[in-house]
Amino acid sequence: MAVSDHIRSGRWGDPYLDLSRYEADADLLELNMGPQHPSTHGVLRVVLHLDGETIVKAVPHVGYLHRGVEKLCEKLTYVQITPIVDKNDYVAPMTNEQAVNLAVEALAGIEVPRRARYLRTILAELQRVASHLLWLGTFAIDLGGALGGGTSLFMYCFRERELIMDLFEELTGSRFHYNTHTPGGNRHDVPEGWGAKVKQVMRLIEGRLDEYTAVLDHPIFEARTKDIGVIDAELALGLGLSGPILRASGVDHDLRRDAPYHAYDEIELNVPVAAEGDCHARYRVRLAEMRESIRVVLAMMDGLPEGPINGGRAIKTPVQVKIKSGQAYVALETPRGELGTYVIGGGDNRHASPYRFKIRSPSLHAVSALPWVLPGHQVSDVVAILGSLDPILGEVDR
Amino acid sequence: MSPWLHGLLYGVVLLAVLMTLVAWATWFERKFAGRMQSRLGPTIVGKFGLLQPIADALKLLQKEDIVPARADKVLFNLAPPLTLFFALAVAAVVPFSPGLLASDMDVGVLYLLALSGLTVFPIWIAGWASNNKYALLGGMRAVAQGISYEIPLLMAAAVPIVLTGTMSLGGIVEFQVQHGWLIWWPPGPGLAAFALFLVAALAEGNRIPFDIPEAESELVSGPSTEYTGIKFGLFYLGEYVHTMISGAVMSALFFGGWDGPFAPGLHWMVLKTLFFFVALLWLRWSLVRYRPDQLMAICWKYLVPGSLAVLLWAAVTVVGGPV
Repeated sequence: MAVSDHIRSGRWGDPYLDLSRYEADADLLELNMGPQHPSTHGVLRVVLHLDGETIVKAVPHVGYLHRGVEKLCEKLTYVQITPIVDKNDYVAPMTNEQAVNLAVEALAGIEVPRRARYLRTILAELQRVASHLLWLGTFAIDLGGALGGGTSLFMYCFRERELIMDLFEELTGSRFHYNTHTPGGNRHDVPEGWGAKVKQVMRLIEGRLDEYTAVLDHPIFEARTKDIGVIDAELALGLGLSGPILRASGVDHDLRRDAPYHAYDEIELNVPVAAEGDCHARYRVRLAEMRESIRVVLAMMDGLPEGPINGGRAIKTPVQVKIKSGQAYVALETPRGELGTYVIGGGDNRHASPYRFKIRSPSLHAVSALPWVLPGHQVSDVVAILGSLDPILGEVDR
Repeated sequence: MSPWLHGLLYGVVLLAVLMTLVAWATWFERKFAGRMQSRLGPTIVGKFGLLQPIADALKLLQKEDIVPARADKVLFNLAPPLTLFFALAVAAVVPFSPGLLASDMDVGVLYLLALSGLTVFPIWIAGWASNNKYALLGGMRAVAQGISYEIPLLMAAAVPIVLTGTMSLGGIVEFQVQHGWLIWWPPGPGLAAFALFLVAALAEGNRIPFDIPEAESELVSGPSTEYTGIKFGLFYLGEYVHTMISGAVMSALFFGGWDGPFAPGLHWMVLKTLFFFVALLWLRWSLVRYRPDQLMAICWKYLVPGSLAVLLWAAVTVVGGPV
């Protein structure tokens, strides 16, 4: 059997390759990439079995950032859970909060006022732009190095992300632990002049996005990303991939459009899809998503209805939610894909805590694609592929 | 003055000037990169952060010197000074102005290429002796890259030799002062050779987009992964000296060296050298890097045949006049 047949069975790599049966050109080199490595996006560890520079087998190891969030949530009241899950996907805390609160609202049957649903949509889309900006910057670093062109783009992206952070800070008083969502609505109403600032920032970023693509659209970038890390639709669906990765593999699926929550049913959403499934397709899809998010924010900001932002009373102090029994699963489309929250009511604290709390994170599924995709690629491609999958280790390990 | 004394004195002065220039070139790079990335760069140490190189050197000297337990200690310690030595030794034949060069040897270009070819060895030694897989992979890449790009570099440098009929760098510059810069005249081969030389020199000097041996997003820091303190600093110093000398060699081979109006030759030479240094910085801070196999493909598919063709073109030009 030829060496390449060993590495790739059909279109994908073989995660279960028996290395003792593999005929190497020379000895195999086992390389521990991570958990302390500049480009593993946190504390991911991938054991690479190398034949020269070609990857024969890749085994990802997760769990270095495990904090037991799900168990912890069983001891906290529903209101206390919100700031805890902020830290799961630490690049998009806003959508984490929304996932939890949507699940609790579904379980308790709480209605959310229209203004709050609009505000949540705006926050989610702002967060998507901020998250994708961070992704673009780190992806450029993966390809271009910390002492090279990559850092330049990284700095630009962070400059723009900072503007969105400022908007969040003005609204919620915090740059990271927003804690602005609560069962039944939002805590913080839009301050005076915030809407105008949002529009200004969005228009600015929209213009800057053209500059970023101008920086990246040259032959070197294309040589590094085209036909690299191809995930076809079958593999993507089989592994449960979601979000931009799935859409870059040619599957037209977006929960915001297909199972609308918040106020997504009140706006027409264009979902960008690419067919190739390689790193460049994922890059194009994410950039198109940013432009789409900017359009949504601008439209939503104009149509922001008047009214209360919370179902009950204006929230100054936390309200206790008590749920005796029942279960609910709510999924929403975070910047990384389908973030599902499964809650069973009737736990401790006289039913103010969930009995079971489970998070289905898109990043864990993205990491699970590595052993299928990496074999047959070069060491340099590992960082490109990993960067394009955009896993957040806080969300992988929870 | 005896040639020995002249060589010694000149060497000391050249070293002092070059090292100072390189030290503040790092400051300039940081300012330049900072401005490119909408940052300020160093501002704290001294006015405009001008004393930053000194602070950096002092910091590196104070750092603990760690040698990995199972490293080959002799080779491990030998690699950083060797890097700097080979980079500096090239400076001996660079003509700064008429008569102002350490040694105007008849085979200057050959000496220069031989020494810059040797720079790959300390990198390989470092990669091997560190007993680290990342360093080993980096060293492996460095050897593959260094040996491959040596060929187009040599061929491109042979074009000025063919056109001027001398291998002495001083002689090549002298020829350009009389007949015009090689980049312009005779039209064609000089310009093409310069383009090839620039690409090959970028690769030889491990600069982005060809810095695959270091490739810190993949290989942590490549061959210098295990080095700490001043040894790490020596690697970087060697790299900067190499870049600076590359600029000087390019201006001597293709851009008329010290030739220029109004100002003394030395000024022009330094100005041209710094111009190329900045140009290389600009590339560095705006591009992403290639993959090793792509790098090899570029060399063997395009640069090697291209440089052979340009060499032939130059030979035809010399025999039959400008084509």
